[in-house]
Amino acid sequence: MEILRFIATRAALGVLTLIAVSLLLYLGTQLLPGDVASALLGQSATPEALAVLRAKLGLNVPAWLRYLHWLWGVLHGNLGTSLTSGTPIASALMPRLANTLFLAGYAAIIAVPLAVGLGILAAIREGGILDRVSTMLSLATISFPEFFVSYILIVVFASQLGWLPSLATVYDGMGFWDRVDATTLPALTLVLVVVAHMLRMTRTSTLAVMSAPYVETAFLKGLSRSQVVLGHALPNALGPIIAVVALNLAYLVVGVVVVEVVFVYPGVGQLMVDAVSKRDLPTVQACGLVFAIAFIGLNTLADILAALANPRLRGRRGR
Amino acid sequence: MWKPNRGTDRPAAGLDRRQFLSAAALAGAAAGLSTVSLIGEARAATEPTQGGHLRLGMSGGSTTDSLNPTTYLQWVPVNLGYQIMNGLTEIDANNKVTPELLTSWEAKPGAADWVFDIRRDITFSNGKTLDADDIIYSINLHRGKSLSPAAPELAPITDVKKLSANQIQITMSSGNADLPFILSDYHILVVPNGFTDWNNPIGTAGYVLEHYEAGVRCIVKKTRPYWKTGCANVDSIETLTINDVSARTAALLSGQVDAINRLDARTVDLLKRRSKFHVIQSAAGQHGVFVMNCTDAPYNDNNVRLALKYGIDRKQIVETVLKGYGHIGNDQPIPVTNEFYDASLPQHAYDPDKAKFYLQKAGQTNLKVELSVSDVAFTGATDAAVLFQQAAAGAGISLSIKQQPADGYWDNVWMKAPFCASYWGGRPTADQMLTIAYKSDAPWNDTFWKVPDFDKLLLAARVELDQSKRKEMYGQMQAMISSTGGALIPMFIDYLEAGSNKVHGMKPNAYFDFMGQRIGEKVWLS
Repeated sequence: MEILRFIATRAALGVLTLIAVSLLLYLGTQLLPGDVASALLGQSATPEALAVLRAKLGLNVPAWLRYLHWLWGVLHGNLGTSLTSGTPIASALMPRLANTLFLAGYAAIIAVPLAVGLGILAAIREGGILDRVSTMLSLATISFPEFFVSYILIVVFASQLGWLPSLATVYDGMGFWDRVDATTLPALTLVLVVVAHMLRMTRTSTLAVMSAPYVETAFLKGLSRSQVVLGHALPNALGPIIAVVALNLAYLVVGVVVVEVVFVYPGVGQLMVDAVSKRDLPTVQACGLVFAIAFIGLNTLADILAALANPRLRGRRGR
Repeated sequence: MWKPNRGTDRPAAGLDRRQFLSAAALAGAAAGLSTVSLIGEARAATEPTQGGHLRLGMSGGSTTDSLNPTTYLQWVPVNLGYQIMNGLTEIDANNKVTPELLTSWEAKPGAADWVFDIRRDITFSNGKTLDADDIIYSINLHRGKSLSPAAPELAPITDVKKLSANQIQITMSSGNADLPFILSDYHILVVPNGFTDWNNPIGTAGYVLEHYEAGVRCIVKKTRPYWKTGCANVDSIETLTINDVSARTAALLSGQVDAINRLDARTVDLLKRRSKFHVIQSAAGQHGVFVMNCTDAPYNDNNVRLALKYGIDRKQIVETVLKGYGHIGNDQPIPVTNEFYDASLPQHAYDPDKAKFYLQKAGQTNLKVELSVSDVAFTGATDAAVLFQQAAAGAGISLSIKQQPADGYWDNVWMKAPFCASYWGGRPTADQMLTIAYKSDAPWNDTFWKVPDFDKLLLAARVELDQSKRKEMYGQMQAMISSTGGALIPMFIDYLEAGSNKVHGMKPNAYFDFMGQRIGEKVWLS
């Protein structure tokens, strides 16, 4: 009962956050200079053409009313139509969302086990060679900007060695392995960028509980260091590890615009950037909503999992 | 090292293929390369081979693109449009207007009444035979209340009448000797009468749409023999949108695409050292402008405008910002590639003494001006402004640079700030360029330069059918703009593109890159 109520509360809070985010997004896009009509016509806009296009796109309706219309549509599963292409947003968004999730999933499958595994190993052999090397390398990769890591990978693996393509263009009807081949370089870039954070967190939170009295007891029982870490320290350190993994998974979905641009990957980020520059408000809103759902959803999930992993948390947060 | 087509003494048209090859061979030799591959290419270049899959990597596309020709604002959809559809007329490599779907034309004196013959015995990809109704429908898509960017150009057309199945008459409210040029506009592509399914355009060109995802990828296939001889040589074309210049270059280097447009001038020389690729440079009409509002102090005084024109080091800007891939501007917008370009016009050069002289004449010994820039105006605009600032300081002008956000620049800065960076792409005719930005009542007269004598001359030249008289008139107009206008034009910017040595037949074009965006039907693969 307790846990169900906890989940319900978290979910309700998530929905509220989503509505707040959509409102902020809307206000933010309203602050952008110019509107879709002037962005569409660009340098070649005449006042007459602007007026015609504004009327056609319904931009003469007050902003708050347009927001309510939009919200009403979304609640009924209708994301609206794009102001620039006139086609339903869902049809442009969904394939791209699938692409984004594919790339995020590919990166996560490599990054999460790698980071958590290395983090635990580093904690077991604190101060050892593996600990120091992994710390140094992961800090180095996180310190470089993503586009720099991307270009280095392109130069080495695409231009010099010719092993992997530098263009990650994927399309409908592409075979699974072709898709994997095309997205390997961007996925590797993302792995290098997110591994450090998770690795450090796993190592630190495991080591943090190593000073607790029950760990000392475990050592006194005669258990080896790896038994203590895996059997006693790790379960208690799981909460923060889950949180940081969720945060990084969310980043893999929402924060990859730069990588998409460098590798020309048709994901949601690129769609959103195009939409912002064209002031295609409904598309920006839809992309923002998708990102917000991914972010809030993963964080809510992390909260719930962390609570399940630690009954004490569940009791305190539920009320 | 040999540097191609710089300065104003180059021939009036783009390099032809032979000139280019010898130039490329020279460049190759200078870079310490064997010229064997280039000679081999020259031999292969004579006879187009058929077949193969051409992959183009292009900048200038986005997810908001559509294949509807009335919406073309970027280059990728234009290129795709020409793969599938034909235009009415075509501008050739020598900058002359040649037939495409309109085969011949004749104007009555005054250039307001025109009769055009339509190409016979060719069909659309859906089997329909091309006739006058298709042409009239396709022209009318850009007339009246149309949102097409070509609509203002066609506004003087009052009637398009069918004379027979293969002949139309166009009547204009005021004459225009350049009508065949205007009809080459890349928006005016021909579809069957009544056609509206823009997700799958039907045309008369060499290829049929197979798959299109806006801003990502387009595939077209050849399904039948093409009516244009020597064209549509490859079996299929894949056009990828790659807006990031580094990604585009990497794709070419790693062999994922065969040709790319818009090279980074700063890395072209590195690319030229690789023997597997060739670089095409096109002198073009696109130019960067520092726009002064002639109605706003201090720019309302022509002496101030002249002082600024003499206070900028154009040569340095072309050398530094464009790495030499461009040529010096002379404060008038007609490029050297245009037949009406007046080479006798004295060149404005960096001359601090002259600048000081004009400042004194204006009574502005301590001139302080603010220049608004953003790289969205033209690539390198900010760098050019910084160089301008240094040079101007030498002439006693204190120029401060105001960096503006790229986003919303055309809305909030251009035509609002009294002194700002801007650009114009090339226009096929002198009349179009002058009408769009220099005529007193032009909506985009961004310098607010209003001279009734100029307007009169412009209208007179437009209807003049005697070419030598026209050349004289356009020469006068260039002189007027250069010496009294508000546009400070430091440079014309060349187009740079590259192909792998598998691609043959790539040539420079005087107006738009990728051979006037018709590269798909022109090149062939070995």
